[in-house]
Amino acid sequence: MAKTAVKVENVSILFNLSKEKVDNIKEYFIKLVTRKLHYNEFWALTDVSFEIEEGERLGILGFNGAGKSTMLKVIAGVLKPTKGSVKVNGVIAPLLELGAGFDLNYTGAENIYLYGATMGYSRKYIEERYDEIVEFSELGEFIDVPVKNYSSGMRARLGFAIATAVEPEVLILDEVLSVGDAKFRIKSENKIKSMFDKGVTVLFVSHNTAQVRRLCTKAILLDHGKIIANGEVNEVCDLYDQKVNGK
Amino acid sequence: MNKIKGFFKNFWKYRFLLQEIVRKNVKLQYRNSVLGIFWTFLQPLLTTIVLALVFGGIFGQNNKDVGCYMVYLLCGRLLYEFFTQSTKRAMRSIRLSASVIKKVYVPKYIYPLSNVLANFVTFTMSLLVLVVMVIYFKCFTDEVIIINWHVLLAIVPILILLVLSFGIGMILATLNVFFKDIEYIYEVFCMLLFYLTPIFYTVKSLGAIKIVQYGLMANPLYSIVSMFRDCVLYGQMWNWNHFMYSLGFALVTLLIGVIFFQKKQDKFILHI
Repeated sequence: MAKTAVKVENVSILFNLSKEKVDNIKEYFIKLVTRKLHYNEFWALTDVSFEIEEGERLGILGFNGAGKSTMLKVIAGVLKPTKGSVKVNGVIAPLLELGAGFDLNYTGAENIYLYGATMGYSRKYIEERYDEIVEFSELGEFIDVPVKNYSSGMRARLGFAIATAVEPEVLILDEVLSVGDAKFRIKSENKIKSMFDKGVTVLFVSHNTAQVRRLCTKAILLDHGKIIANGEVNEVCDLYDQKVNGK
Repeated sequence: MNKIKGFFKNFWKYRFLLQEIVRKNVKLQYRNSVLGIFWTFLQPLLTTIVLALVFGGIFGQNNKDVGCYMVYLLCGRLLYEFFTQSTKRAMRSIRLSASVIKKVYVPKYIYPLSNVLANFVTFTMSLLVLVVMVIYFKCFTDEVIIINWHVLLAIVPILILLVLSFGIGMILATLNVFFKDIEYIYEVFCMLLFYLTPIFYTVKSLGAIKIVQYGLMANPLYSIVSMFRDCVLYGQMWNWNHFMYSLGFALVTLLIGVIFFQKKQDKFILHI
């Protein structure tokens, strides 16, 4: 019996967002006095439960606004669920919007350590993997240039190289396989596949069912914050494709 | 009890992040400027000279309480500058790290803490100016500066100031997430604080009525600066009232800051 890698139990998320964003005191008081401080209560996720076993690869499908990104944020520990709980065994490496942890004035080399530390790794640990990261990112001599002068492709490559070099136990992929040029895309898919072979657990968010079928073993389908299908990847993808064509 | 244990375990795991951000902030502060790290020494020195030129005539001369006016000024200015710079940067830290906080789990207090600590590093470097200035005035002029073993105690007011800055920084960082106005309000407050702290004057030399004097003394920076001057300029033991007051004030502020931050931090992501 394989160990559970991620366990999501009855998770619900309530967003208590005001209709307009109030972020200064003047507006707040004006709205308070004129009683325009409406709150929109909105359940982004309602009673979501699922489990992923170690080495399993789960695709998360759903239309825009179905709660996919919210789900990933909850699993990554960024967002606290209003109800329910999430348990993760092992290190998570979120590959969400690569390069978010970079400081633009810092060089690529310095950012490798900063990004590594953001994911909770020591300087020594990153040092051991430094060469591998630089090589994979194909940045060469540009590694000593401030990241603000990088192209978006270069940034994404560096981010991808760091996040995959640290050998996490759980990998969160949020539409990142469309990074860089065709050559790098193939390289990154191969890298991720080699991580599969080592038994990494994967959470993959995509609209592309072909890609999900190719990479995942299981899938869930979210709609308006609820799980409407959970099972083998092909069954769920078929259902999703039906829904797409039905609309 | 388990919660506290979990907290320390988490802190230990992310100590590298704290290190990296402190390193980053210190490194980046003067990068691309021609004189680089020398600004840490040059800036306090130059601003102290300006202050001495402007206020020296009014408060500096014939004032037995002051001692060496340049050193008196520099002490006050260094501590004031550390306090305002570190709290300002802590205040902005959460907003500036929004892109990370939204994507990856990190203990959020790392950001205000690392900003305060980075400023502390540059502050300790800038203390070198004070050392040089004290030596200069002691050896080459007949200004009264008493240096004895009390100088070692100067670490105490500095540490109290560090705790105070972190506490205030946490409060400001939290407020700033919800109301960006705080940044502008605090800017004005810092200017006010400059005049309310005896940096270029002494409370006695103001000749103000008693109630105003007590008002000025309620400022914890006053106690801290006074203790610091007792150690490095007058070579005497500090007033224990100052010690008790500033330490108490700093610890209470820290407690409020930590609790406030802790209570609100889960909501940060919805606002930044």
